[in-house]
This record gives sequence, C-alpha cells and structure tokens, in this order.
Amino acid sequence: MSPGFRASLPVVIFLLAGFAAPLIAVTWFSFMPARTFSFAGAATLENYRTIVESTSYISFLWSLGLAAVTVVLLAFIAYPVAYGLVRVFGKWSMLVTLLFTIPLFVSENIRLYGWVLFLIKNGVLLGTIKSLFGVQAESMLFTLPAIILGMVYVYLPFMLFPMSLGISMVPQDTRDAAVDLGASRWQVFREVELPLSMPGILIGCLLTFVLAVGAIAEAKVLGGQQIIPITHDIEIAFTYAQNWPLGAALAVLLMLVVGALVLLVLRRFDLDVLLGRR
Amino acid sequence: MTDSTPILSLKSVRKMFGPYAAVDDIDIDISEGEFFTIVGPSGSGKTTLLRMLAGMDQPTSGDIMLRGERINDIPANKRPTCMVFQSLALFPHRTVGQNIEFPLKIRGEDPERRKARALQLMALLRLPEHYYAKNVMKCSGGERQRVALARALAYDPQILFFDEPLSAIDYKLRKTLEKELKDIHRETKKTFIYITHSLEEAMVMSDRIGVMRAGKLVQVGTPHQIYTSPTTRFVSEFVGDVNVIPVSLGARGSLRMAENGRELKPPKLPAGFGNGYLVVRPEYIRFLDKAGDADNAVEGKLYNEYALGSRIQYQVRVGDAVFVVEKLRQQPFSGKLDDKVIIGWDAKDAILVTD
Repeated sequence: MSPGFRASLPVVIFLLAGFAAPLIAVTWFSFMPARTFSFAGAATLENYRTIVESTSYISFLWSLGLAAVTVVLLAFIAYPVAYGLVRVFGKWSMLVTLLFTIPLFVSENIRLYGWVLFLIKNGVLLGTIKSLFGVQAESMLFTLPAIILGMVYVYLPFMLFPMSLGISMVPQDTRDAAVDLGASRWQVFREVELPLSMPGILIGCLLTFVLAVGAIAEAKVLGGQQIIPITHDIEIAFTYAQNWPLGAALAVLLMLVVGALVLLVLRRFDLDVLLGRR
Repeated sequence: MTDSTPILSLKSVRKMFGPYAAVDDIDIDISEGEFFTIVGPSGSGKTTLLRMLAGMDQPTSGDIMLRGERINDIPANKRPTCMVFQSLALFPHRTVGQNIEFPLKIRGEDPERRKARALQLMALLRLPEHYYAKNVMKCSGGERQRVALARALAYDPQILFFDEPLSAIDYKLRKTLEKELKDIHRETKKTFIYITHSLEEAMVMSDRIGVMRAGKLVQVGTPHQIYTSPTTRFVSEFVGDVNVIPVSLGARGSLRMAENGRELKPPKLPAGFGNGYLVVRPEYIRFLDKAGDADNAVEGKLYNEYALGSRIQYQVRVGDAVFVVEKLRQQPFSGKLDDKVIIGWDAKDAILVTD
C-alpha cells in the first residue's frame, strides 16, 4: 500500500460511507418490487414503468421549470448586487457577502413562514396598506409568484457568493488597461468584466439550479400545495404511500436529469477555457 | 528630440494623499520622440506620477499639458496616450490577436483591417504569425511583453507610458528586451515615457533620465550627465557601487576626510563649500606603485576581490573606511588578498556633492 493511498484512506472511507453508499442504496432500491422494504427482492423495472405511465412528468417539469426561472431571476438580481459589493467594499467584499448567509442559520421553514405572515391577507404588507389607505388588495400568497419569490429569497446567498468571488477575481489592471485603450464603461464591462467573471456566474448558476431542483418547502408553504414539485412526489412515496422503491426510482431519475443538464452546461462552458488556462 | 515644442509639459504637478505629498511640485518638459525615463526607489511617487500622466489619477494641483493643451480633466480613455502596465494587464481570456486588436475593436474598425494591423505589429515585434490564434496566457514572459507592447502600439498613441514592465523578468531576457525596446523606439519614433527603479535599465534605453526621490524630481539629465555629474549623493549612489567619502573644507582649499583628518586634493570647489561628500566611481580609482602617481593616494589592505565579468572589483580597507576599486580584467595587476596596496585617484575624477 503506497503512503499516499494510506494517507487518503480516512477521506476515501468517509466518502464511500457518506456519499457513495447512500447513492448505491437508493439506486439499488429503485429496482426492488413495489412496496417492499428489503434489498433482497428480485430486481425489476416495474417502478420505472409506473413512473413513465403516470403523470409524474408534470412534477418533473414544474421542478425543472421553477429552478430555471429562479436561476435566471437570481442571475439578474445577484450580479448587480455582487458587482456593487466588490466595487464598494473591495477586499472586504467577501466578508460582507458572508453576512448575507446569516439567515441560513435560521431554519428555512421558519423563514418561509415569516414570508407567509408578511404576505397573508391582513398580514404585515396588506394589513399596513389597509390601515394606511383603506385599500384591501388581493394577497399573492398561495400563487406561483409567491413560490418563485420564496425560492429566489432562499437561494440568493448561494448565487451571490460565487458571483462576488468571480467578480473580485477580475484584476483591476485589466479594467484600467481597457479604459486606457479607449474602452467606455460599457465596453469594459462587456469585453473584460463579464467574460472574466463568467466562471463565478456559471458556478453560481449551477449551484443554485441543483439546489432549486431539490426545493420542496417553498411550494408547500408559500404555494399552498397548488403546485407539486417532484421532490414532493418523492417525499410522499417515502412517507404516506410507503412505497420506497417508487420513491427511490423517482430520486434516481431526478439525479440523472439534473446530472445530465449539469454535464451539458459544463461541456458547453469549459471553466479552464473561460479562465484562459488552456 | 526632433521638435522644439514639448509634447508633454508638467507644470508644478502635485498629488496629495491626505497631508502627504506623493508627487511634490514637479516640472518637466518632454520633447517629441524622446525616450524619457523616470527613476526612483519604490515609494518615490513615480507610479503615481505616471498614473496622472495616463489619466488614471488627477493631480491635486498643477497642470499637465499635451502639445500646449491642458489635459488634467480628460479621462484615460479619451487621451491619445497608452500605457504598458507592470503586470502587462493582458486579457487572459483572449488570444494574442484579440489582445492586440482590442483598441481597434473598441474604435469600431472592421475585422479585416484589424487583423492586418495586428499581423503587421506582430511582425514588427518579431512574434511568429501563428501566434495570432494562440491564447495569450500560453505565451512566455518575453512574448507577453511583446504582445502588451503591440497592443499599446495598436492604439496608435502619441505617447507611450511604461510602468516597470521588465521588473518581473529574469536578468538575461531583461537585457535583451531593454535593447529591443530601444530599437522599437527608434523604429516607431514615438515618445516613450518609462518608469523604473533601476537606473542601470534607464541608462541603457533613455535619451534623458529624471531621478525622483520622495515625490520630488532631484535631477534631470542625459545618462552621461547622471553618471558623471550627479548633483546629490542620492543620485550618485543610484548607479552601481560608488565610493562616498564624507569631507569638510580643510586648510588652503583642500578637503579633509571626516574619518581620519587626511587632506585630499579636491576637484573644483563650489563657492561657499563647507562640508559634504566626495564621490569617486570605482573605475577612477587605480592601484599605484608609489603615492606620488596620483593626486590623491591612500594606503590600505586588499581585503577581497569580486569577478564581475569584464571587470574585477576589489575591496580595499583603509583603517575603518572601505574603498571599492575596479579595473578591467585585461589590465595587469598582481596584488594578493591581505597585501598592502596604495590606491589613488586624480582630483578631476572625483565629484563633490553636498547632500
């Protein structure tokens, strides 16, 4: 056994037990007969057939669609914020960006119920409007925009952090050089800042997309279960329905779809090429 | 110097950072086509000065005039000047060709003319044609220098600024690039303003040199003037090794060494000289057979020798004082370490400075 291998052993064991084993267990379970609770059953594709014949694709589309909309909105919201943070706070911007993660110390459900209190009829927003102007507006709670608002709110730090990192890695000299060579503010942005911060943008988008596809609480709490994302289907299969193999099959399919999308994006935008290392 | 009206003129330019003057009351006139170098140790304000000339900083007071017009308030992207950065500031996500074409693209020139100009500049700077499509980060240090210079030339500036672009390059390549840069200067006939902390580098390339210290320009002159007639101890110590002897006015117009009271024959004494330093370059001190062979002679011990290639340098100890003596390798000399030697120099070869 080489010293290098021996030294890596703790990490290897940790990854095998904590990362590979659960994945293998879930994948294995997806081939077990429906409504069984054992790894020992005869392997079958029946769960996958059930999914294909069901209307699960609607939930898949909702999850992917909501995640995509969230990522696009976040990209447009977080980039100017990250840009401002980096330009104003300079080398301290990473610290300030870290402050944006403080809400993560509070449970997501509690934060979302905060939004419910804010948005609900006679709540913080509408109640204030009513008492000030006597106008009774319709609440946006339990609608699609409310879900998207919640998702954008919850995943903002995960987009902001890689983006500020990406923008802070643009060397000031290259900006100065571009200006010196005659570029206007907009040209500096388009020709230098945007392409050089692209790795941060891309990593932020991938991270938030993967997280947002797994979102479940927003649709439940803010959407009032009007929209059922695939994660909700998976949860139901594992809990109320007591059909673990079906839930496992759904989870495997979701992983495959998301994995394929991520690989596709990474192939299209090679990070090394973007960083000019190749 | 091809024109009598200065292309760039600085009038009492000053830059304050709080109460501290980074650049303190500088006046210079730079002629069309001149290679002017500003030399100074780090912190002397030379980079701040250059950033003001390029338009990246504004002076606190004073005027910067380009061909007689005040350009203080014209931003960098509207000035007909261009800078080669210390870091080169190449665009790492672009090819060599795209880097060079950048200013032309900004100006909206069509791709064919852009490419033609880029290839022309690459040829001038001896970059192989197939580098056009090569990523700039895959080029070597020397090649990147040339790309940065080509990019600046593509802007077609009236003045080119250089912010120590050679400081991160190893010695041998630096020496080559210094000469290349001077050749490019001859070929393009543009005005070059270069800053560096190495007076040696400045000597090789410049038509004129300005020496900066603590925000002030202490001396301006040709490389020859800076080397042979420094006006201060600071400037004299800036190039290579030099013997600096503290002296005061002695009896009958002679100089007295502060260290041991020995009388020395001075060069021409400035009026009202009290005390100061006698500066003698090592190559002007020679080994003597007897004390009478030079105007000034001292006896000491040959302490050490250093081979400097074409020259050999010796350290001679005279009491507590240390003298540095240099001779060409081919000149005969049979002294051995720890020998007693007499060294001396002629009065006219020494320079008297006051501070």
